Amino acid sequence: MEIPFTVAERPDTGLNNGKIGIWLFLASEVMLFGALFASYLMLRIGATVWPRGDSILNVPLATVNTIVLISSSVTMVMAWASLKRNDFGKFRLFQGLTILAGLCFLGIKYVEYSAKFHHGLLPSKNTFLAIYFTLTGLHGLHVIGGMVVNGYLWGPGAKLWKTDPEHFTNRVENSGLFWHFVDLVWIFLFPVLYLL
Amino acid sequence: MATLETAPAHEAEHEHAEHQHLGFWRQYVFSTDHKVIGIQYAVTGLLFLLFGFGLVTLMRWQLAYPGRALPWLGKLLGDTRMPGGAMLPEFYNQLGAMHGTIMVFMGVVPLAVGGFGNFVLPLQIGAPDMAFPKINMASYWSYFLGGMTMLASFFVPGGAAQSGWTSYAPLSVIAGQGQTMWLFGMIFLITSSLLGSINFIVTTIQLRANGLSFFRLPFFVWSQLVTSFLLLLAFPPLEAAGVMQLMDRLGGSSFFMPSGLVVSGQVAAYTGGGNPLLWQHLFWFLAHPEVYVLILPAFGIVSEVIANNTRKPLWGYKIMVYSLWFLCFMSFIVWAHHMFFTGMGTTMATFFQTTTMIISIPSVVILSALFLSLWGGSIRFSTPMLFALAFLPMFGIGGLTGLPLGLSAADIPLHDTYYVIGHFHYVVAPGTIFALFAGIYHWFPKATGRKMSERLGKLHFWPSLIFINGIFMPMFILGLAGVSRRLYDGGASYDFAKPVLHWNVFMSISAWGLALAQIPFIINFFMSIKRGEKVGQNPWEATTLEWAAPSPPPHGNFTTAPVAYRGPYEYSVPGHPTDFTPQFLSAQQQATS
Repeated sequence: MEIPFTVAERPDTGLNNGKIGIWLFLASEVMLFGALFASYLMLRIGATVWPRGDSILNVPLATVNTIVLISSSVTMVMAWASLKRNDFGKFRLFQGLTILAGLCFLGIKYVEYSAKFHHGLLPSKNTFLAIYFTLTGLHGLHVIGGMVVNGYLWGPGAKLWKTDPEHFTNRVENSGLFWHFVDLVWIFLFPVLYLL
Repeated sequence: MATLETAPAHEAEHEHAEHQHLGFWRQYVFSTDHKVIGIQYAVTGLLFLLFGFGLVTLMRWQLAYPGRALPWLGKLLGDTRMPGGAMLPEFYNQLGAMHGTIMVFMGVVPLAVGGFGNFVLPLQIGAPDMAFPKINMASYWSYFLGGMTMLASFFVPGGAAQSGWTSYAPLSVIAGQGQTMWLFGMIFLITSSLLGSINFIVTTIQLRANGLSFFRLPFFVWSQLVTSFLLLLAFPPLEAAGVMQLMDRLGGSSFFMPSGLVVSGQVAAYTGGGNPLLWQHLFWFLAHPEVYVLILPAFGIVSEVIANNTRKPLWGYKIMVYSLWFLCFMSFIVWAHHMFFTGMGTTMATFFQTTTMIISIPSVVILSALFLSLWGGSIRFSTPMLFALAFLPMFGIGGLTGLPLGLSAADIPLHDTYYVIGHFHYVVAPGTIFALFAGIYHWFPKATGRKMSERLGKLHFWPSLIFINGIFMPMFILGLAGVSRRLYDGGASYDFAKPVLHWNVFMSISAWGLALAQIPFIINFFMSIKRGEKVGQNPWEATTLEWAAPSPPPHGNFTTAPVAYRGPYEYSVPGHPTDFTPQFLSAQQQATS
């Protein structure tokens, strides 16, 4: 017997398996980052001195990164919408742009990190830098993970479009949900770490 | 009934041929079949339970006879652990930390959720497999890697983790390499449980058979569903904490390191500014829901066995389901009752002791419902039923002895004593592990097509019940006398402990007796695979859907897609010719049978 509802929606739940799966995964991710944000609060409340983010971190670069990541969420939606409109060429274009935006984000992050390392601003220096590196590092890993999946769907995974376009569209939608989540985490990270 | 027994023969052969086609590695090792993965989980979990129990039998030697050389085995373990056969304190700490870690994260949970959940849940909801078979396989292998990392940690310089299964900072941050291995192992285990829990939830929501509405689900499925939500939402904070502890250990940060910490007379080389309590909060935010991860699948198994062997519907099925969800919610807001001693303040303590008292209510509701289910039943005292029956009072003792610990004032004399050890072992050992044994005896015929021996089963049950109480009951006496847990000499260096220390010998002998009592089980398990009494698809005359599949079920489980026509526990329905009315029996079949 085939596993039902991998592509089609189950009538009484109105969802397919992958969609529920990705939302559950995101719920668990909320708890992961939520725990780190809670730790940030507890550490900051307990600290005698706590630097303002903009006195150590590079706010202009992070602002650019915020714009880059939000734009990539837009192109991600466009990629999915192109598939819905049956335009595979446009999908390739927008999905490619999404991946490029991810690369751009990581490049800027690399410049930021290496400047910190160069000035000896390491996690061992103080707790602010420790939580900065932990949060942005974990977020960076999520960006890389999202890019791997998006890259797979852009390249070899796109073969599925020919045999089962609906299934492929669902996959792009689900990887898109993850990508938006990664974007959303950054939108919380940016003010908390850089501005407050 | 007869129409159900005879599956189309050619179809079964076809399935069989397809199964064979996969080859040995894909069929038995890297399998995506939920039944194979379930058995892999169960067997690995059982081996870890045996290993974790083995560690504690060593500890019990040291506790009964502090400092005395252990004959032959002691020498085998080498000079870094037991020079001349006498145990080093460091090795004792490793045994303690790894016993807890192995039993909880690599023994009970993988067996209860990975093993029983994987094997039974898709069958009980009439599904051909889990919703994501490949993710299911990845979940097992991630667990396997985590387990191997933990085992390997015994052989790194300095040995395995020795800061307790709770890995409290700052001790764990300055501990040896074994702790780093422990953290990496935990990250694998957390990944495994994340993949597994997503799979269980999606499978339950999406792959229920036709007619199987939510309130027709067997209680076991409910318990696994709620457990999966706990795993999904409670484990990530521990992962975050693990990452932070890795940063402290490898990156030199000070998340959990306070300012001015002095270690062995020297100021520790950390910048400080961190908070050791943060670790405790994050750890217990996982570890209290984890307690319910340990107990809810046990409730599920016991409910199935009790309904089947009393030949009666469960008493208060819906109330039990609501209680499960209430437990799930409440278990996220009780964690700091493990931390009354940390100086977090009386306001916080009051909040957490109130929520703790509230969470005891749904547990009592479920336990009472199970007791009431026995009332007026014509009980079959088969081996699974004996284990399930023993679960009830044993879990009752475990639960009730927990109440004084949940009240911040009563907790003061009892905190970190053997009373605590006795309390949670009653919940998990004669509680959950007995329920797991009940499950093994109950579903063994479904997995292998053969029954386990009743005689050996009883030879396993009665000595186990006696010895396990011999271990844990005296712990309450020690604890009330004030003997602390985690003492290398069992309390021999404290004068006030002297009047009760003779119990240590009694407990150790009981522990070794319990080890011997597992031999009939091991023999029974392996003998019955080959020589057990052959059974048909429904040997226990049960009502739930897994008994509509052949024993053992083929790849894809059911020969025809099952349909659920009624609730899960229609036993002894008046007017029905037999004392059980299976969920898969249609009205027509019922009329003709």
